[in-house]
Amino acid sequence: MADKRTISVTVNGTHYDNKEVEVRLTLADFIRHHLGLTGTHLGCEHGVCGACTILLDGLSARSCLMLAVQADGHEILTVEGIAPSVDKLHPLQEAFRDNHGLQCGFCTPGMLTTLIEFLRDNPDPTEEEVRIAISGNLCRCTGYQGIVDAVLDAAKRLQAAPARV
Amino acid sequence: MKPPPFHYHDPRTVADAVSLLARLDNAKLLAGGQSLMPMLNMRFVLPDHVIDLNRVDGLSYIREREGALEIGAMTRQRELEFSDVVRTRCPLMHEAILQVGHRQTRNRGTIGGSLCHLDPAAELVSGAAALDATVTVAGPNGTREIAFADFPVAYMTPAIEPQEILTAVRLPIWPQGHGYAFIEFSRRHGDFAIVSAAALLEPDAGGKIARASVTLGGMGQGPVRGREVEQGLLGQAPGDDLFRELCESCRAIEAVDDIHASAGYRQHLAAVLARRALTKAASRLGAAGRPH
Repeated sequence: MADKRTISVTVNGTHYDNKEVEVRLTLADFIRHHLGLTGTHLGCEHGVCGACTILLDGLSARSCLMLAVQADGHEILTVEGIAPSVDKLHPLQEAFRDNHGLQCGFCTPGMLTTLIEFLRDNPDPTEEEVRIAISGNLCRCTGYQGIVDAVLDAAKRLQAAPARV
Repeated sequence: MKPPPFHYHDPRTVADAVSLLARLDNAKLLAGGQSLMPMLNMRFVLPDHVIDLNRVDGLSYIREREGALEIGAMTRQRELEFSDVVRTRCPLMHEAILQVGHRQTRNRGTIGGSLCHLDPAAELVSGAAALDATVTVAGPNGTREIAFADFPVAYMTPAIEPQEILTAVRLPIWPQGHGYAFIEFSRRHGDFAIVSAAALLEPDAGGKIARASVTLGGMGQGPVRGREVEQGLLGQAPGDDLFRELCESCRAIEAVDDIHASAGYRQHLAAVLARRALTKAASRLGAAGRPH
């Protein structure tokens, strides 16, 4: 009883029309396996680790807790869509690189997508606000300090030169 | 981890959703998905049908009417968080929502989903109990209202019939100048509370307490009102010694032992957090906007 439907979505500005999906397919698996965008990582697959965070119509969401059919007609941004071009990083990504905001990189896509929304809503955050903002994203390498430093640094960079995303 | 196979339905009206529920066996309603989706991924639930409410019209709104906030069941927790009317007219719920999960989960999670899931430690559940909320449910025979005090019938089990859908929540507004506080103890920000305490205080013209609401979450099967504390506060002037003495009664509230905390620790937290919530609520009495 593999119920199927066709969906149309926009991911990182690219339209995908009439993609056939099983109705039980999660949005995370659709992004990774059907679109081949493996930058969105799957850690816990039950909404705890935050690695699979994407932006749905500009708002962060855990893609393991959505069905692909629910994304029909919506716009998605994944980590692949953050950088302005193939040879240039987003200021938030640059700040992560410069502040040791990552080590193994597994949590990074979810951190970046979460923080794109956060810095858009709160361009001049305090350290405490940053820590609350990333409280739904688990990192097992950095101890979070490098990430917090990176976000505060990115806020300064983005205030000096606002980015497109 | 992948959800088990199921048939998917995405009705556009409450009437269609209700008729699907009446017609289909072993169906689950999908609201924001922040609890049902993990349970599907882990196959704790094996529904034959999932009825997705996300495309149903008219279930997302916040409006003030006749002394209460009326909130549609599919209103996202994010919308409560950023709503001016919630922040100014029902500040207890605003303070509670800031402690619900994380930005990513509040963007999807709904008030109706949280109330129906009815986790005894959920902030929105405790907030609804503290405010004496009323919920509206729709079923094959029309709609009916349920007082929130009668809503939890057992552990994580609301008083909704299998063919009914929660459509709205009504939160009575306390007068301007009332005191409020929602605090909790959890291991990390955004976790479910081990114990939470909600307090509401309304003063009379002389500054004595005319009405009080104290609610403990996370203790047992559902939220518990601290009736002894509420009764003891009436007619008294707010003060730390009074709060400390009255809140000792919270140590007698029945509590569960589980992996997160022992019953004794929960009872200790209940007394401490109830006192702190009352102290914080009292400090906010007569805040800006109170008519003189």
